Amino acid sequence: MKKIYMDHMAVNPLHPEVLDAMLPYLKENYGNPMSLYEYGIKAREAVENARALTADLINAQAKEIIFTASGAESNNFALKGIAFALQNKGKHIIVSKVEHHSILNSARFLEKQGFAVTYLPVDNDGLVNPEAVKKAITDETILISIIHASPEIGTIQPIAEIGRIAKEHKIMFHTDGVASVGNIPVDVQSLNVDLMTFTAHQFYGPKGAAALYVKQGTRIVPLIYGGIQEGGRRAGTENVPAIVGMGKAAEITRKDLQKRIDHITPLRDEIISSALKLDKVILTGHAEKRLPGHASFVVEYIEGEAMLMMLAIKGIFSASGSACSSKALKSSPVLISIGIPVHLAQGSVVFSIGEGTTQEDINFFKETFPAVISRLREISPYSEGWENTEDSTCTVKK
Amino acid sequence: MYSEKVMDHFTNPRNVGVMDDADGIGEEGNPVCGDAMKIFIKVKDDVITDIKFQTFGCASAIAVSSMVTEVAKGMTIDEAMKVTKQSLADALDGLPPQKMHCSNLGADALHKAIKDYRNKQGK
Repeated sequence: MKKIYMDHMAVNPLHPEVLDAMLPYLKENYGNPMSLYEYGIKAREAVENARALTADLINAQAKEIIFTASGAESNNFALKGIAFALQNKGKHIIVSKVEHHSILNSARFLEKQGFAVTYLPVDNDGLVNPEAVKKAITDETILISIIHASPEIGTIQPIAEIGRIAKEHKIMFHTDGVASVGNIPVDVQSLNVDLMTFTAHQFYGPKGAAALYVKQGTRIVPLIYGGIQEGGRRAGTENVPAIVGMGKAAEITRKDLQKRIDHITPLRDEIISSALKLDKVILTGHAEKRLPGHASFVVEYIEGEAMLMMLAIKGIFSASGSACSSKALKSSPVLISIGIPVHLAQGSVVFSIGEGTTQEDINFFKETFPAVISRLREISPYSEGWENTEDSTCTVKK
Repeated sequence: MYSEKVMDHFTNPRNVGVMDDADGIGEEGNPVCGDAMKIFIKVKDDVITDIKFQTFGCASAIAVSSMVTEVAKGMTIDEAMKVTKQSLADALDGLPPQKMHCSNLGADALHKAIKDYRNKQGK
């Protein structure tokens, strides 16, 4: 059976050239970059070369890149590292309601440590209003963190504009670029950011390789104490093969990005236009200001996990923000934040394509998706319309 | 994460549909919670002679719904009142722990349909 991977927001496949670049560092070049003899020197050179390539992808300097093990780590590092570094200046942080859990849960942790956090709402397209950011700023504000692009609804935020506001007020500005870096051109200079999270597996690099861009001269407190790796800001023996892979993936992405965008955008548009022809299917996120490979919907009268499972049986792999598809059994807070009622959020489905996606894949999708929807609607008691959807009546039993 | 039996009942659910002349109807759950089920029964001489369901929910919710109709068909209503969440999960070779309660509505919906039937009979 044909398998069509439409979940690139979860992870991208490893680029074959990236694997080739990594292999020597899993085999003969196994040295610890801290060692002073030739094995160590070779590993150190590989790490520093990867740092320069990774920096180039976002128009930063090599010394502004701190390698970490995940996007979640980088997000934790940015929030806690800046909060603790600047707590004598003030204890107020601004984030949006559509951040990744690694930002939201770090913010909640900081609230318990005595920081105040403003969670900015978004409009129905998922956009943060830069004016609302400006209004939320107080004398106590030390950090603003707004996600660059949403992996759930694809919406791309006006980061450059928010960055300009942060700069005017001399407040540190972080963006979570996990879903954007590698999918759209990202330049930390024109975006006016002081810190940015990004991860290699979003641009055909390996898992376990991520980075935090920290603008030169920014004070940040480490999350992980130990040795002097990463300039003393992130201790622990470097994951050399993963870092090498991230550098190689960044190098290829810098070269291929426009080609990838040109390939996936019309295919993505075809997914959206075909799905919106179906009855009671709604696009989530912004129609234009969205990631090029990203198509997300809510489908009325059926549930997302069942949709995802039935699509998977047919060979199409996708994602959902429905309560039943999450281990925590909670609907995606992002969908609720853009004003989707809870019963509609249950019908969430997300398709994210990549450079390997073909026209043939999209043709198969266009046949299969409507068939899956009608099959599940045949089983559903609501195919004639909703009933019993008062939001107050649900208590989740665990 | 799902057993083969769950996947079988999800992909080929038994007894899907509505019944215009049902003797009892049971509803359980709510779309806000993510799972909701309707069950229709036909009863003759205290035996469930026909049964249909409609379900909004995840794969396991649909599989449990299908299984409860298969199990209950031919049972007396007293026997059917003894069908439990656990017995349905067991019949499906188990459910993932987080799905055990939220999507396991089949027994409750069946019991409600039987109560509806008894109310209508004035029993």
